[in-house]
Order: sequence, then structure tokens, then C-alpha cells
Amino acid sequence: MRRISFAALSTVLISTSAFAAEVAPGDVSFDENGGVSASITSVAGDPVAGKAAFINRKQGNCLACHINDDASGQSFHGEVGPSLNGAASRWEEAQLRGIIVNSKLTFEGTIMPSFYRATNGARTMEKFAGKTILTAQQVEDVLAYLKTLKEE
Amino acid sequence: MNTLNKTLTCTVAALTFATALYASETDVLVINEEITIPTSAPAPEGSPLDKVISGWSFRKHETQALQMDDFDNPSFIFVDKASDQWTKVEGTEGKSCASCHEDVEAFKGLRTVLPRWNEAKSELYSMENYINDCRTERMGAEPWKWSKGKMTAMTALISLQSRGLPMSVKTDGPVEPAMKLGKELYYTRVGQLDMACSNCHEDNYGVMIRADHLSQGQINGFPTYRLKNSKLNSTHARFKGCMKNIRAKPFGQGSAEFKALELYVASRGNGLSVESPAVRN
Ligand code: HEC
Ligand code: HEC
Repeated sequence: MRRISFAALSTVLISTSAFAAEVAPGDVSFDENGGVSASITSVAGDPVAGKAAFINRKQGNCLACHINDDASGQSFHGEVGPSLNGAASRWEEAQLRGIIVNSKLTFEGTIMPSFYRATNGARTMEKFAGKTILTAQQVEDVLAYLKTLKEE
Repeated sequence: MNTLNKTLTCTVAALTFATALYASETDVLVINEEITIPTSAPAPEGSPLDKVISGWSFRKHETQALQMDDFDNPSFIFVDKASDQWTKVEGTEGKSCASCHEDVEAFKGLRTVLPRWNEAKSELYSMENYINDCRTERMGAEPWKWSKGKMTAMTALISLQSRGLPMSVKTDGPVEPAMKLGKELYYTRVGQLDMACSNCHEDNYGVMIRADHLSQGQINGFPTYRLKNSKLNSTHARFKGCMKNIRAKPFGQGSAEFKALELYVASRGNGLSVESPAVRN
């Protein structure tokens, strides 16, 4: 019993300290094109974790709307948005980060969800209320992964 | 997405997915080798669409085929149950549906005009409302839950009588406030994913969203049998599913909001032939 609560306590401490270095969703600063130049965490993005979050249907679920040949092992790539093949050759890092954080500031009126935004749409289910779709670290991880998608 | 992009992605789709796998607008819906049902129609006045297209046209050929023969269409297991229910006496008044309506064929055409304004009740009425009024006020029986088995089966049996007839809900007069509310709900972004019905069913129909081929979200096939849950699904249950997918709190089954949305969506498909009970994945 005592051991369990100690373990729980240390988890809380670790996540709090990681949280302290993150930029809160409401505090992200965008340039006039909707780009975000500074990292929103203090830990460098991990492209492997990023690819996993990109594919995961409960996280990025980016394949719902984007074709991406690098993830050709996954079936069913949607075509609502443009193909992401070579995305890193078309976009600067800051712009890509901005597109993940809040795509609406890059593409006005887009269907693409805003993955790290302080306010959600009306009637958000309780389970998700006040939460971002991706965590700050997942945003940096997905970004690190997108940066690997270069034109051959 | 602009037209050029759309043309490009369509070309990609044709290459990526074998063209034979997904249906096209040229496919013809013939049921039991005798009833030909038009699956598209000129868009009704004021529509943002060029033409209205049935959800059937967007399904895979194997799913389409299930709707082309009433023996293969699993909906008919439920339609048969509803036929039994039709003559079943229930409630304090010793009556069944047949006591007042005799033959269900008398309901030919009803599905095409619902939801509509009920003058006596001063309320927008869906088919489920009429059925439950009969049960509670005329039979002295318990009302059925909006989207539960007995209700969806009965709406399937009654809707079937209108199969092949064009949808033609009334959009003016006392239903105007409901039309306005329905339209607002259709275009308002909701949920953590922050999307509106229009984002998927107006802006992107014909496009793949992961494993699903997006349709115009028409309701001319409802209630529909879904392979996903092996039962008939009401219109409101479908709305609920779409709202939950975008992580939005759905409105209640039978709520004023969903009835208004049902009317508005039905009006967007005015002219499209009733296919109830349809089959979807
Ligand atoms: C529901 C659909 C949808 C989802 C989910 C989605 N996107 Fe998008 N995305 C779009 C659309 C549509 C565009 C094009 C902008 C526009 O016209 O609205 C776009 C544009 C982009 C672009 C710019 C591409 C280019 O070359 O112009 C990038 C990069 C991008 N998305 C990344 C992502 C990532 C990463 C995810 C997941 C974390 C994601 N998207 C999830 C719909 C989506
Ligand atoms: C994220 C995309 C998305 C959004 C937003 C969305 N839907 Fe859907 N909807 C789908 C998909 C995918 C299907 C299944 C394939 C199809 O028929 O389009 C579907 C199916 C439907 C169907 C069944 C059509 C048929 O012929 O069987 C109806 C009706 C419908 N949606 C209505 C709505 C309404 C009303 C809203 C808004 C409350 C809505 N949808 C929001 C994705 C969406």
C-alpha cells in the first residue's frame, strides 16, 4: 500500500516537472503566417514516437486525411488533405509546428483539427473537455517526424 | 479544397484503390431485379450542392449488393418482426396497429414528408413521435425508446411502403424555425475536433477519410442496417455516431435539436428516392 502511493507520488512529481517546461496551449506565440518558431517543450522531439502518434487513431490520426508513403505499412490513407510526401521540403519547421498546433492560423477555415489549442469546439465531450488532442511533447514528436518527410 | 486539388486526389484515388472496388455514380440500384431506384437527383432549390446523391453510391460493391435483393438485405429480418408486431394487441385498450390502420400499405408516401409540423401538438413530428402517440394515446401501451429495436423495425416497415418515392419534406410555414435551427447545427463546428457536418458531407463528399468513403450524409436510406453493429440504425443514432466521432456531446435521441437537424438534412435530400431500409457498412 505504502509502496504504491509512493510510486504514484513520484509519477506526479515527474510529470509536474516536465509540465513546467512546457508552453501552455494558451501561451503559444504565432508569427503573422501562423508559424511557431520556438519549441513548446524543453525535450527534443523524437521522430519514432512522432510516427507512432501520427498513425494512432486516438492521437494524431493524421492518416485519416493525409496520404503518407512513409507509413505505407498502414492501410487506409485518407485524401481529405494534401499528401504529406515531401512535406518537409515544402515547409519550414516553424510553419509545420504552427500547422500542427493550430492549423486554422495557417489555413483559414480548414477542416484540419487544431491539435494543441486552449479552447475546443462547443459541446466537447466531458472526457476531452479542457484537453488538447496531442500533448506538447507529442506535438514536438510529430514535428520531428514530419521533418523526416523529405522529397527524394 | 479547391477543384484542382479535388481532381488530383480523385486521380490518386483511382490509382490507389482499384477502380472496381468503390462504386461510382454510374452504378444503378435495381432491387429484386425489378425496382429501379434513381440514386441521384437534381439538387433542390437553394442547395449548395450540384446534385444530390444517395449514400448507396459511395459504398463498396459488396455492400451495395446486399441492398439489391430483399433476401440478402438483413434489414428484412427486422421488417418481418415489425409485421408480426403490427397485428399484436398491446396495452390497456386491447388494440394493435392493425386495429386502426388495417394495412401498412396505407402508409405509402408518409416517409417522404417526415419530419413535418403536427398542428394538433404544435410540434415538429418525426415518424417515431407518431408511432409513440399511437402506442400511448390510442393503445394505452408503453412508448418505445427512440432508437431501440422495436421502434427502428417499425419505422423500417412503414418507410418501406415509400421505397422509390422522392423525398419531399415541407420547409416553409410553421417548420421555418426548425429549419433555421437545423441549418445552424449543420454548419456549426463542435467537439474537440472542431468540425461541422458540412466539413465532411458538403465539402468533402466523394473523398476517403481513412477507411470511409465520405457521402453527402443523406437520410433517404434510414433506418439503415449497418454491418458494423448488425442492426437497424435510426437517423438520430447516426447523427449521434457522427458527433461522437468528432468528440462532441450528442443531442438526445428525439430531442428538438436532432429533429430539427433531421428535417434540415431531409430537405437537403428532397428529390432523392427513399431506399429504406438500406444497407451500410
Ligand atoms: C480531418 C482532416 C485532417 C486531419 C485529421 C489532419 N489534417 Fe493536415 N490538412 C488537412 C487539410 C484539408 C489540409 C490542407 C489545408 C486546407 O486547404 O484546409 C491539411 C494540411 C496539412 C499540412 C500542409 C501540407 C501541404 O503540403 O500543404 C500538413 C503538414 C499537415 N496537414 C499535417 C497534419 C498532421 C501532422 C496531422 C495529424 C497530427 C494532420 N495534418 C491531420 C486535413 C487534415
Ligand atoms: C469527421 C467527418 C464527419 C463529420 C464531421 C460528420 N460525419 Fe456523418 N459520416 C461520416 C462518415 C465517415 C460516414 C460514413 C460514410 C458516409 O456515408 O459518409 C458518415 C455517415 C453519415 C450518414 C449516413 C449516410 C448514409 O447514407 O448512410 C449521415 C446521415 C450523416 N453522416 C450525417 C451527419 C451529420 C448530420 C453530421 C453533423 C452532426 C455529420 N454527419 C458529421 C463522417 C462525418
